Amino acid sequence: MKPLLSINNLQAEVEGHEILKGLNLTINPGEVHAIMGPNGSGKSTLASVLAGNEDYDVTGGSVDFDGIDLLDIDASERAKEGLFLAFQYPVEIPGVSNINFLRAALKEIHEHKEIDPLTAKEFLAKVKEKSALVELDGKLTNRSVNEGFSGGEKKRNEIFQMAMLEPKMAILDETDSGLDIDALRIVAQGVNAMRSPERSFLLITHYQRLLDYIVPDFVHVLYKGQIVKSGPKELALELEEKGYDWIKEEMAL
Amino acid sequence: MAYEGDDLLEEVTGKEYEFGFTTNIESDKAPPGLNEDIIRLISSKKNEPEWLLEWRLDAFAKWSEMQEPEWAHVNYEKPDFQSISYYSAPKKKPQLDSLDDLDPEMRATMDKLGISIEEQKRLSGVAVDFVMDSVSVATSFKKKLGELGIIFCSMSEAVQEHPELVKKYLGTVVPKQDNFYAALNSAVFTDGSFCYIPKGVRCPMELSTYFRINESGTGQFERTLVVADKGSYVSYLEGCTAPQRDENQLHAAVVELIALDEAEIKYSTVQNWYPGDKNGAGGVFNFVTKRGLCETRSKISWTQVETGSAVTWKYPSCILKGDHSIGEFYSVAVTNNYQQADTGTKMIHIGKNTNSTIISKGISAGKSQNSYRGLVSINASAKNARNFSQCDSLLMTDRCGAHTFPYIEVNNSSAKVEHEATTSKIGEDQIFYCLQRGLNEEQAISLIVNGYAKDVLNKLPMEFAVEAQKLLAISLEGSVG
Ligand SMILES: Nc1ncnc2c1ncn2[C@@H]1O[C@H](COP(=O)(O)OP(=O)(O)OP(=O)(O)O)[C@@H](O)[C@H]1O
Ligand SMILES: [Mg+2]
Repeated sequence: MKPLLSINNLQAEVEGHEILKGLNLTINPGEVHAIMGPNGSGKSTLASVLAGNEDYDVTGGSVDFDGIDLLDIDASERAKEGLFLAFQYPVEIPGVSNINFLRAALKEIHEHKEIDPLTAKEFLAKVKEKSALVELDGKLTNRSVNEGFSGGEKKRNEIFQMAMLEPKMAILDETDSGLDIDALRIVAQGVNAMRSPERSFLLITHYQRLLDYIVPDFVHVLYKGQIVKSGPKELALELEEKGYDWIKEEMAL
Repeated sequence: MAYEGDDLLEEVTGKEYEFGFTTNIESDKAPPGLNEDIIRLISSKKNEPEWLLEWRLDAFAKWSEMQEPEWAHVNYEKPDFQSISYYSAPKKKPQLDSLDDLDPEMRATMDKLGISIEEQKRLSGVAVDFVMDSVSVATSFKKKLGELGIIFCSMSEAVQEHPELVKKYLGTVVPKQDNFYAALNSAVFTDGSFCYIPKGVRCPMELSTYFRINESGTGQFERTLVVADKGSYVSYLEGCTAPQRDENQLHAAVVELIALDEAEIKYSTVQNWYPGDKNGAGGVFNFVTKRGLCETRSKISWTQVETGSAVTWKYPSCILKGDHSIGEFYSVAVTNNYQQADTGTKMIHIGKNTNSTIISKGISAGKSQNSYRGLVSINASAKNARNFSQCDSLLMTDRCGAHTFPYIEVNNSSAKVEHEATTSKIGEDQIFYCLQRGLNEEQAISLIVNGYAKDVLNKLPMEFAVEAQKLLAISLEGSVG
């Protein structure tokens, strides 16, 4: 099988600090990978670099995304090629309604894929369907993007956007943090409903709990800018139980 | 208004050499400079009644004693008022043979604004040999207004056809000596618009200068007077989103609005005069005095979207004279490159239970300077007056400036005055968020800026709002840094 995403020896820095230090990861279509790791290990940095945030300088390595040199195209192009990032901290855009925002985004993506744009009716039907998936209140879809949303509502809104934009690959950066128990289940259901043989997920999380709902194919540990351990879903349980010290010790040997 | 230029000139001046007139009047243009004789010339050319000539002369006398104001937060080389020619016969815009003759940059902007080819031709003065839509629209439009008794015509026409109305209201809201530019305008204004809505009439359509502009080009010293008689309503649109080039660097317009008891005037402006080039050379100096007078239970709303001009100095204001009257000011002012804007409003509360709202959204980019200057004045007589002001500034770069100068004078303890102000820089994280969803940078900026200005744009009439949104985006293209 041809991998959907393959990251080879990726190195990146921010403001002169080296954060990613030769990271390797391969994700095949349809797979769900989870990345865990201590605070500050570089998880969000990896997400930002993949999404094309220009605050980060890539200093080495390569990333292939579905046959495209990902590092060669800008953030907007990456999104249009089907890469989606659910942000750890979604920003507010006052005065811009969620619906208009998504309409504009979807239009760009469809144009890029050379698909006919949705009619207003089709679009609204889609909004209805996808917001139901994450049980997002209809009022929220009409409000300004994330403005005044609670922490949990923002996270749910990210998953709603993902469902609307139907990416090939979605990176979820701590989407579970700040969610109450019901919201966690709902978000997980939304993600599971979107799983398909073509679509892959990279879940960044600190807690095993999310992985009870979204069962990953692989779990990786990111530590000091590198993937230092990979294993099946049971690895997450082990981490939950033992913390990261044993891995750090293994590393030191 | 028919007159034989040459005869008339002879008749009233009789001493043309004294002020430098040669017999060469084919150009129909006064020599540069300003003095009483020039004012007599303007007045006679326009066949004005004696009282108006006296009014102009008085304004001139007052202007001569005045100093050009220095307090605004703008920096420019002061115009030499003696080097300007104050009268030239209404002339058509230069006729172009086709749109290909038009400045390509201007054309590109009009395309982006979605202005149709026909409209582009009309706005830029390309000769067209068939009846255009807008002309026929304008004609049927006039007919409909006439049936309702609404007067909407040029100021010159109003002076001839409705002198009693002009005499009654001209200068009652902006007195001749109000300020330096208003005094200058009062002395030398050559044309403008006049509008009268009879008692109880609700004007069924937006009155737009847009329908009139092309008849004679736009004036350097425009004078506008809108009178809404008791219980009437009118929505008036000034300007258009298409870029306006003008050979005159100085524009000093005066706009007076009068809302009699229970009347309502909504006055919307989109100003897109030539802002000068990217290095700050050229561009229009826009020094405008706009003021409205509200009688009992009446309402005046100013909405403005200002994106053009090199220097803007403008404070659309309301005098809330009548009890229970309402004044509103909604403004978006964009400055880019080396543009400077000093704009805001004055809300003068005189009547009881008067209410005013100020929403000002400044957007600065490039190396521009954008100032909000506002006065809320509550007179002793204004019991239970209310004001709410919100002044926000959005910075697109680290090199531009945003300034807020709110003045509040309260002389009645029952007043309630609230002022909120924010300054923020456009968020790179906001832009990145948009890019991550597939929008490009231009779209991202347009979305964020329009979201920021939404409360003001929402006050514009529908079609205007759509164009204004595009205009904001165009004005800020490539401006984040
Ligand atoms: N803009 C920045 N400027 C300076 N340092 C940064 C910047 N962004 C990230 N870093 C640093 O890079 C390191 C990795 O940060 P990153 O956000 O990727 O960690 P993380 O693994 O996502 O942590 P967490 O689990 O707390 O979310 C941290 O030490 C952080 O301080
Ligand atoms: Mg993180």
